[in-house]
Amino acid sequence: MMDVPVSWYVILAVALFGIGTVGVFTRRNLLVVLMSLEIMLNGVNLALLAFARHHGDAQGQAAVFIVMAVAAAEVAVGLALAIALFRRNGSVDLDRATRMKG
Amino acid sequence: MSAEMVVFWILAVASVLGAVAVILPPFGRNPLHAAIALLATFTCVAGLMVLLSAHLVAVLQVLVYAGAVMVLFTFIIMLLNLRKEDLVGTRITAWKVVGVAAMIALSIKMGVLLSAGLNGFDTAGAVATVSSDFGGIRSVGKALLTIYLVPFEATSLLLLVAIVGALVVARRKDGGAA
Repeated sequence: MMDVPVSWYVILAVALFGIGTVGVFTRRNLLVVLMSLEIMLNGVNLALLAFARHHGDAQGQAAVFIVMAVAAAEVAVGLALAIALFRRNGSVDLDRATRMKG
Repeated sequence: MSAEMVVFWILAVASVLGAVAVILPPFGRNPLHAAIALLATFTCVAGLMVLLSAHLVAVLQVLVYAGAVMVLFTFIIMLLNLRKEDLVGTRITAWKVVGVAAMIALSIKMGVLLSAGLNGFDTAGAVATVSSDFGGIRSVGKALLTIYLVPFEATSLLLLVAIVGALVVARRKDGGAA
């Protein structure tokens, strides 16, 4: 029924989360930072689904549904912020965005 | 090695490679290249979701992430029309090196702890046998509209707030249309 051990999925989820975290902390392009955030959320979703499959319980999948909606909202607001930042600074370089004053 | 194992390895390696390509400066310097790599990662994760018999969530992953989110990303990248000098790479500082090393150490530690905690997980019979309905619209919808009813309704409110917030933030200061 399930040839691949559940723990392998969890290890993969940790790897995706770690890669996303490194991206968020090292990249200075706001767009790439947002993409790294999406990778982190995908890792979390994968872990939730792995445990849902392990317990045979659909509640974990409902949680993933909600995480996806939150991620979509986050991208919408984040990209709006990118537009506002670009209008103000002429770039999406986070090192140049040192002032919060509008 | 079963077919499922082979598919898992292909998808797992491809998704990790895609994720690394997003954050690695030589590939990720141009946000559009990073977006393509991200699309590959999303698609591979959708395949892994199918392997976990989360069929509805896999479809949603393709529709929402690989569809809507990626279109939004590419749209904004095109809209901002970044010049060559805007395509900043990563400026390597001592703090960043320390931070990345710490993050890698933390990930390895998490992996070690997890594999210790997951010892009993992979024993034969530990994984629940599920019906063919598992992961379909019926079972997920049932959980969503009973136990998760309040978070579900809160999500609709969150989406409304996000729409209004995105419009307000992206609006021009002179009051013109965004």
